[in-house]
Amino acid sequence: MGATVTTAATKEKVWGGGASQQPLGASYGKMMMWYFILSDALTFCGFLVAYGFTRFKFIDSWPIADEVFNHFPFLHGMNLPMYYVALMTFILIFSSVTMVLAVDAGHQMKKNKVAVYMLLTIVGGFIFLGSQAWEWKNFITGTYGAVETQGGQILQFVDKDGKRVALADFADTSVPNERVALNNSEAFWFLGNSTPPTYSVAQIQAGLEKNPDVLIRTQFDEGRHKKVILSREETLAQASQFKYVVEGANLVRNEYGHKSFADLFFFITGFHGFHVATGVLLNIIIFFNVLLGTYERRRSYEMVEKVGLYWHFVDLVWVFVFTFFYLV
Amino acid sequence: MGANAHGSNTKRIWMVFIYLSLLTIVEVALGIVKPAFLFYTEFLTLSLLNWIFILMTIWKAYYIMWAFMHLEGEKASFRWSIVGTLAFLCVYLTAIVLIEGEYIHQVFQNSSYKWIF
Repeated sequence: MGATVTTAATKEKVWGGGASQQPLGASYGKMMMWYFILSDALTFCGFLVAYGFTRFKFIDSWPIADEVFNHFPFLHGMNLPMYYVALMTFILIFSSVTMVLAVDAGHQMKKNKVAVYMLLTIVGGFIFLGSQAWEWKNFITGTYGAVETQGGQILQFVDKDGKRVALADFADTSVPNERVALNNSEAFWFLGNSTPPTYSVAQIQAGLEKNPDVLIRTQFDEGRHKKVILSREETLAQASQFKYVVEGANLVRNEYGHKSFADLFFFITGFHGFHVATGVLLNIIIFFNVLLGTYERRRSYEMVEKVGLYWHFVDLVWVFVFTFFYLV
Repeated sequence: MGANAHGSNTKRIWMVFIYLSLLTIVEVALGIVKPAFLFYTEFLTLSLLNWIFILMTIWKAYYIMWAFMHLEGEKASFRWSIVGTLAFLCVYLTAIVLIEGEYIHQVFQNSSYKWIF
């Protein structure tokens, strides 16, 4: 501004640079990090709203999250909804705390303290990423398996008490499986072939007839957050409609219910996981800069504060993902 | 930068960590127990339990943004430029899109379309 003609009256109102009288009281870098976070938050808002839209659209046939996410490491076969994601939330909140402690140590120009807290934050980030990988593994593998009908609905199986029954528990394996996996060992390496499900539709149909206790549970709510269970006659009548055996989840179909459920799960938690991975990478870069004394020489640890903002943002998004995917 | 001149904030940080942990524990406990009167009472097409979850989430978001991201130390104008924009656009988008989702559900129920739409 110094080069342009200004009058004494306007001089004080115009910002010509300098830290003390900035309009928003934040340095350029910090301000831009905040506005990036703002735009990124709107992106996530769009994703979560898309999830909400799809859920309201299929409000009477949406999967029950408690039944989908009920695994905990080393505790197989137990129904433990929510505990694992709660643990993941704590991991992320705790790594947010170590991050903010690193920023705090930076304000006091304590290089070693900053480095230790940054390292802890990075470790927390890796633990979270590992947890998410495990969560995805369970989601993709599935537990019980289901069947898709001609009309594209997912039918699950329950016993007389309404407890879920896995395909493996009743499928009739004496019926020959018409589809076999082609392996390299059989010199079929040149053929493209997706992995067939463990059981064929015919095996499920035969097993359903042989086991009088097995009933079909549909995707639809009968009210009070319970799914409609068909009677034995209706179950047998539905059997002719079976089209695919579905085990676990992919982007086309999943055993949990509506197709969009898995798509949105993969997309939203995946996009969040990508943010965490980026955050870990940024933290590692800053961690090495701290070790090299870059910020010590700069006499300012503001860079730690800026990546800190991003890291907290990742935590912030997880708080919302946690609510809308697992709680609501 | 003005806010950076402060001393150590460690006590506040650990307090906020405790608040966030407590909120999460309450959320998880409610999510597991699902008290019937909250779970089955609806308000504006959402159960009371879901409203509680959403409010507690925003409460947690407040702690993260104000304490961890240090918005409480920024100028009010800067704070408004971020939180005001975000709150307005998110509420607007959410309201309009969810109402539309509910409408499409009604179309499913009351018209001849049955599954694919």
